[in-house]
Amino acid sequence: MLRDAVLVAGKDLRLEVRTRVGLGQVLPFAVLVLVLFGFALDPDRGILDAATPGLFWVTVLFSAVLAVQRAFAVESAEGVRDALRLTSLAPGGVFLGKAAAIAVQLLVLEVALGVGVVVLYGADPAGWALLVGTAVPATAGIAAAGSLYGVLAVGLRVRETLVPLLLLPVLAPVLLASTRAFEAALDGSPADGWPWAGLLALFAVVYLGCGIGLYGTLLEES
Amino acid sequence: MLGVIVLAGTAVTLWLSFVATPADAVQGEAVRLLYVHVPSVTVAYVACGITFVASGMWLWKRTEWWDLVGSSAAEIASVFTAVTLLSGMVWGQATWGTAWEWDPRLTSTLFLFLLLVGYQALRAASPDRSSRARRSAVVGLLLVPNIVIVNRSVQWWRSLHQDATLFRTDLDFRIEGLMLFTWVFATAVGLVLLAWLLMHRFRIGWLANRVEERRLGDALTARRAEATS
Repeated sequence: MLRDAVLVAGKDLRLEVRTRVGLGQVLPFAVLVLVLFGFALDPDRGILDAATPGLFWVTVLFSAVLAVQRAFAVESAEGVRDALRLTSLAPGGVFLGKAAAIAVQLLVLEVALGVGVVVLYGADPAGWALLVGTAVPATAGIAAAGSLYGVLAVGLRVRETLVPLLLLPVLAPVLLASTRAFEAALDGSPADGWPWAGLLALFAVVYLGCGIGLYGTLLEES
Repeated sequence: MLGVIVLAGTAVTLWLSFVATPADAVQGEAVRLLYVHVPSVTVAYVACGITFVASGMWLWKRTEWWDLVGSSAAEIASVFTAVTLLSGMVWGQATWGTAWEWDPRLTSTLFLFLLLVGYQALRAASPDRSSRARRSAVVGLLLVPNIVIVNRSVQWWRSLHQDATLFRTDLDFRIEGLMLFTWVFATAVGLVLLAWLLMHRFRIGWLANRVEERRLGDALTARRAEATS
């Protein structure tokens, strides 16, 4: 299964590197959202400082929706899903591969957004262990849930509107937990943030488990 | 028969809620809203549980029966979650002085409602019956982990919401007498209403599937007739 996951993740990442949709569209979109938050909340009033962790993760979630839609748009073309089924790859491996490719893209995006909030919002990064310990399970959870809900909408005419409606309520606990953990890290009280990081790890484990178990059913569509 | 029980039970509940029970010492007349609010949330959660079990059973047995039970229960759960939210907001306005408070239990109920709306949207968007059943069974099965994860955050966030009054593990109920009876009675009526609605929604779904099959059969026959004439 892991070998299949590496194959699928490699295929998706190669596609992204060659088409440059992530770099050319999703990343600029994320930076644009950061700038728009700056316009809306006025950098001089101190609201941006207080809201930085939340704005960072809201931007990640919006970008994740785009990344998920992109990851499954390439599977929507006629016959691609049948071809994928005929390859005899383990469904759990396909799921893990899709999730890993989305996670890698999101981690790159988060690094770029991190630089963005330091430069644009004047955030002062602190508590690196907690920041990384939050970002990794949060990204794994977002990618796992995104892969599962993303494949649900494959082949539907309304998939662009359906994916955010299905995915964002599910990811709400991730936003809540990662924002609280980042706040704790930036406030210099990491002990308050680690339980939230634990919740994120639990979320990621639940969704990785559900994805491995249920993906086969969703791929067998005729 | 169930319909008659529901009608009679509703009439008795209304009488108990508005006439027989007194106003609360702290909440005043607003307490009467809780005779709708608490049964609604109970019915919504039971209906979600039915959707969860039916979704799991569909994934195992793959029969139309389980698909219809799951989707019917999810529809009913959406309605009762909406009633819970609305009655809670009116109660909040009267008691807390604000219709919406970022209380985690309130917020997580709103998220439950949105999850159920997503479930309905997915069903409405799926073109054929087997794809609809497969996709909605997965979403139905994920309802419970989602609700549990959202509810866990309730324990972690400071809450304005009053602690559970009725479902306490130590069975030390903090309301007594007729008010408690009204609450339990209204919840029982709500559960019978759930059974009645579920039965009829299932029947409509079943008939809709038969109509769909018949239309398909008629269309095929018409095409064959065109080809041979």
